Amino acid sequence: MSLAFDLALCALILGAAGLAVAGRNLFGSVVFYIVYGVLIALAWVSLGAADVALAEAAIGAGVTGVLLIGAWQGMKDAGGLEAEITQSLPVRVLAGLGAAALGGLIGFAILSLPGHEGLTGPVAENQPAVNLGNPVTAVLLSFRAYDTLLETLVLSAALAAVWSLTPAGLWGGIPGPKHTTRPDGVMASFGRLLPPLGLLVAVYLVWAGADQPGGAFQAGTVLAAVWILIVLAGLRDEPRLSSLTLRVIVIAGPLVFLGAALAGALSGLALGYPEGHARTLILIIEYALTLSIAATLALLIAGPARRAP
Amino acid sequence: MSVVEGIIAGLLVLGVFFYVAGTVGLLRFPDTHSRLHALTKADNLGLGFIVIAAGLHWGDGWIAGKLALVWLLTLFAAGMAAQLVARAALKAEGGE
Repeated sequence: MSLAFDLALCALILGAAGLAVAGRNLFGSVVFYIVYGVLIALAWVSLGAADVALAEAAIGAGVTGVLLIGAWQGMKDAGGLEAEITQSLPVRVLAGLGAAALGGLIGFAILSLPGHEGLTGPVAENQPAVNLGNPVTAVLLSFRAYDTLLETLVLSAALAAVWSLTPAGLWGGIPGPKHTTRPDGVMASFGRLLPPLGLLVAVYLVWAGADQPGGAFQAGTVLAAVWILIVLAGLRDEPRLSSLTLRVIVIAGPLVFLGAALAGALSGLALGYPEGHARTLILIIEYALTLSIAATLALLIAGPARRAP
Repeated sequence: MSVVEGIIAGLLVLGVFFYVAGTVGLLRFPDTHSRLHALTKADNLGLGFIVIAAGLHWGDGWIAGKLALVWLLTLFAAGMAAQLVARAALKAEGGE
């Protein structure tokens, strides 16, 4: 894309980031954070990294934005917004200096890296070994599968942390308030109209992910969005958190992934796939991960149980 | 500049005009309902023109179809969000 477009995009990203950090109004900061995420996704598109752009738009801007708005609402309900956060000037100067020093150090570290052609060549060379068309999927689920495995475990840990905030007596109950909408209203109609399309997009994303941009995280986020939409539209209530099926779905992805890693470890290489079966195994892991990521993200947004089971 | 490029440029200018009009409305109109009116109507029209321009630019039926689908989904989402915001504003004003 043209230089003018890139420069304008950079200016917008810096502006949105500045407003998100410097804004006095907490809700405004959240909104600018979401705008920032969307602009960053555009920047990834401009760099030709469609996979990262999809993930940034869906998770960085979408899910994180919803979580932040939920946190803001929680603070408002608890009266936490009235106590305006006003730190003394020295504290603010110190925080600013700390952040600037950290930013400077990261910049220095990146600039002092030795000249490098990047890993495009080695990835392309080894891609046939796993028989996947999408180099990003090959890196995420084979060459650097270790990172992805830990990422999925982080998600499960985050959900455990949210569940640990369950009030006494409600353990295993139903999260969130019950949403009721007029049965023929706009929200209910929208909640019936969009899910089929969302399911189609999610299935396509995970199906195409092996050979084209897409994959478990992007598809999982779309599935989670469908879930949230159906709940918001009042068509189905959130599930009981004690439901065994639900818990199996939440843990299925990491479990299948760990199983593959363990099987590899027993036959010589942790997270190594037996020759000729890499693609099949990776696809099985991707499909299981998609369901787990979808359920985990939706449940993170739903929060801890608030109604008795 | 070929005829098609001229048409694309014209459509883009038209689209940007409606976006600007919607933004001016958002900034200048006095209450939530009028601001919503400016945003949902003008912006979606602007997006429509830009989608047609992009479709012509790519000159591919599939891409144009996908762009049209994007526009349609945006229309649905914007329309629904506008209804919800309007209803919330009405409640906040003590109506309903």
